[in-house]
Amino acid sequence: MLSELFAERAGDYRAGVHHCTEAELPGVLAGLLAGASAVVVPPGLPQAWTRDLAGPQLPDHGLTPADLDAPGLSVLTGCAAAIAETGTIVLDTGPGQGRRLLTLVPDHHVCVVYDDRVVADVPDLFAVLPDPTRPLTMISGPSATSDIELDRVEGVHGPRRLDIVCVHADAGKEPR
Amino acid sequence: MSRHLPIVAVTPFPAAAAHELKDAQLRANLGRATRTIRDKRARVVAEVPDWEELRERAARTKDEVLDRLPELLARFERAAAAAGASVHHAADAAAANAIVAELVRAQGADRVVKIKSMATQEIGLNEALAEAGITAIETDLAELIVQLADDTPSHILVPAIHYNRSQIREIFAARMPGFSAESDEPAVLAGAAREYLRRTFLSAEVAVCGANFAVAETGSLVIVESEGNGRMCLTLPGTLIAVVGVEKLLPRMADLGDFLRLLPRSSTGERMNPYTSVFTGVTPDDGPRRLHIVLLDNGRTKTAQDPVGRAALRCIRCSACLNVCPVYERTGGHAYGSVYPGPIGAILSPQLTGQDAGANSSLPFASTLCGACYDVCPVKIDIPEILVHLRQTGPKPAAERAAMATLSWVMRDRRRWRGALRAARTGAVPLRALTRRRGGTLRRAPWPVSAWTAHRDAPLPPPESFRDWWRRTHAE
Repeated sequence: MLSELFAERAGDYRAGVHHCTEAELPGVLAGLLAGASAVVVPPGLPQAWTRDLAGPQLPDHGLTPADLDAPGLSVLTGCAAAIAETGTIVLDTGPGQGRRLLTLVPDHHVCVVYDDRVVADVPDLFAVLPDPTRPLTMISGPSATSDIELDRVEGVHGPRRLDIVCVHADAGKEPR
Repeated sequence: MSRHLPIVAVTPFPAAAAHELKDAQLRANLGRATRTIRDKRARVVAEVPDWEELRERAARTKDEVLDRLPELLARFERAAAAAGASVHHAADAAAANAIVAELVRAQGADRVVKIKSMATQEIGLNEALAEAGITAIETDLAELIVQLADDTPSHILVPAIHYNRSQIREIFAARMPGFSAESDEPAVLAGAAREYLRRTFLSAEVAVCGANFAVAETGSLVIVESEGNGRMCLTLPGTLIAVVGVEKLLPRMADLGDFLRLLPRSSTGERMNPYTSVFTGVTPDDGPRRLHIVLLDNGRTKTAQDPVGRAALRCIRCSACLNVCPVYERTGGHAYGSVYPGPIGAILSPQLTGQDAGANSSLPFASTLCGACYDVCPVKIDIPEILVHLRQTGPKPAAERAAMATLSWVMRDRRRWRGALRAARTGAVPLRALTRRRGGTLRRAPWPVSAWTAHRDAPLPPPESFRDWWRRTHAE
């Protein structure tokens, strides 16, 4: 199963990986975002995803970098595709993903990945993207560096926490 | 060009290496770091069943780029311009630096934030901008360390590989305003860099980057990075200037599939680096409003004309060849005197500058020709072959030329050669008794043989040649 490999590989690079069904999704998101001072909401995000959020929401009507640098912010997005072999999520600024800086400046990113968005490996990606000339951002785990003694440590300039919610078509973690 | 280019070695490699080898701390730091990265790379490469085919295909794609370079450049330029980018051409370092300085000045800015870029290091952009009154701020952690230490990079991927964590803490404590941490944990040091640079990112007006790949079909640029400093520079400032070597082209977007599988595994030993950005021209309300792309030649077209040496232009700057090189591991990057160190630097620097520049003709000799670099190269550059080619074609000292011409004259004729061997055997007779206890080898000899005996023993010629022995023992 591609989605299982994706979840395992995303976990290898210290993204938080969670599993749920479509029906459980709003509750899972509310739990992950409970500690946020506010949640940044890109245009086109399905309304059901934000239904159970308790705290304030910040829809993107031209948020500035300074707005996004406020402490405790989280951002919630979908993705254009995900790559199983490398545990990568791919954003293309399409609906529910928003401008590139929305997923960059806040310190916490929660990304929803449906099973059917997962492709096997990097070369398969370019076949499924609707328009590869949109700005693309491929994300594999939280921001990291290997610049000190070539040892990987998480948390430099991008979000220091990345949570990935894998939505499976059927109940629980069972394959379809 | 009056200024000294950062790809021209000033000191010949043997002298520079002898100096660096005295630094035991450097060797310990390098040994540990390169061992770590070699193991990581080997693990993730072993996961890819079609690795050899992948290398083969990537090499062919890059050769296609070199074969079709003018056509693909024109195609890239058209596509990028159609997407809203302005494209500039720079024949050499001075031209590229002048274009960038002028573009920054046109925005009324006196500083730029930078993504780590080998192309801008190759042309000495930071120094040129400083002369124009513009401050360049490196935002990659390792580049920042090197910049704060007022040092030069020693590795393509990890320019601060020659420092360990406690040395980095000391550099931060001395040079980074507001740094006060006692700990030298990498996470603490990375956190300090985040705090230090965040305000800079939010207020920067101009960013400068290179590119890992440039897609001819669509006019897109690709930036592969880890920390997110790249994404900051690509999305926050209103003006973005990319300095891109012409060999960075790929014909098609789909070619990225192969190269994004090869590059992270070969460079940081990861299946995929944390962030890869692909962008095409300018996008309304997202990222910079102005994108300038400076296409840099700086010796590349000339290098592409050498049928053997041109393969060096396939290089995707992964640095796997540095990490496996027994010479690099001991001397470090500074000994090469160029921002391109290690095996790839030994073939790239002298070709880009011409072998008569500075001490660059000494670089092709900075190798044992063991071939480890060729084995790990993701685009199958036969580095040993090019090293030998450059040794053959490079300038030679007059004494060496004369010695080789004489030797060649002697060896061309069987009687001359036999006579020379006989003379050598006769000359060695008095030495034989003296060196008997050391197995008949000479430890120290007068010039010019001293060039050999300074580092190794010289064997004496055997008392009898094979032909003489055969004639003596097999006489009918």
